Amino acid sequence: MASSKPRVKVPKTASKDEVITIKTLISHKMESGQRKDSDGNPIPRQIINKFTCDFNGKTVFSCDLEPAISANPYLEFSAKVPESGTFKFTWVDDDGSEYSTESKIAVE
Amino acid sequence: MTITRRQVFALGAGVAAVAITGLPRVALAEEDKVQAAIDAFSGGATPETANVTLTAPEIAENGNTVPISFAVDSPMSDDDHVTDVTLLAAGNPSPGVATFHFTPMSGAAEATTRMRLAKTQDVIALAKTSTGKVYMDRKTVKVTIGGCGG
Repeated sequence: MASSKPRVKVPKTASKDEVITIKTLISHKMESGQRKDSDGNPIPRQIINKFTCDFNGKTVFSCDLEPAISANPYLEFSAKVPESGTFKFTWVDDDGSEYSTESKIAVE
Repeated sequence: MTITRRQVFALGAGVAAVAITGLPRVALAEEDKVQAAIDAFSGGATPETANVTLTAPEIAENGNTVPISFAVDSPMSDDDHVTDVTLLAAGNPSPGVATFHFTPMSGAAEATTRMRLAKTQDVIALAKTSTGKVYMDRKTVKVTIGGCGG
């Protein structure tokens, strides 16, 4: 599903070693595999099963998601900022495709 | 074959007995699944009910998106930090909800997300630290409209 559009909210600046809050949202139907279509056939599962947040190439936070996560998965978490750099966010779909976005932060 | 009145009563008693013994078995299977998931996460250690704060609404009108957040009390230093947190929903078709992996770079072991709940049930948060401790918190959420329907 190429229409999955990630959105992230990261502060532009932070003081050294500050713990910031990051909010992320990606549009995805998160088909659980539990539902049935109008003919009674099960709809195959298709969810985002993994989310990773890297800072300057090092993993800060990651998460394995199950079908019990709502559509358009929303995640809010914290990260420590030791230096200026780039956060990279990656979502992995059941079908193998990856969606990613980046966000820069400057330490003053 | 004619059915006597006595046989009818016997049949009724049998059906009632099946109904009574059948129900707890379903509930038990649910508990077993949750216990298996807890054991798989903790590696056999008994989780201590402390340090984890699970925040969930008391009543969720829509089981499709239930906001849920947790915070674990931890210094998050290199030698003592929370490594993994898992969320379990006891009454869902499959108890696993999500597993979060933290590093000392996370700064704080807390996160917020939105989950699906099939019915009124307990939500469990389990946290594992780098020192080998396992902590737990549990909250009951009442669900008005279930979120796994089809």
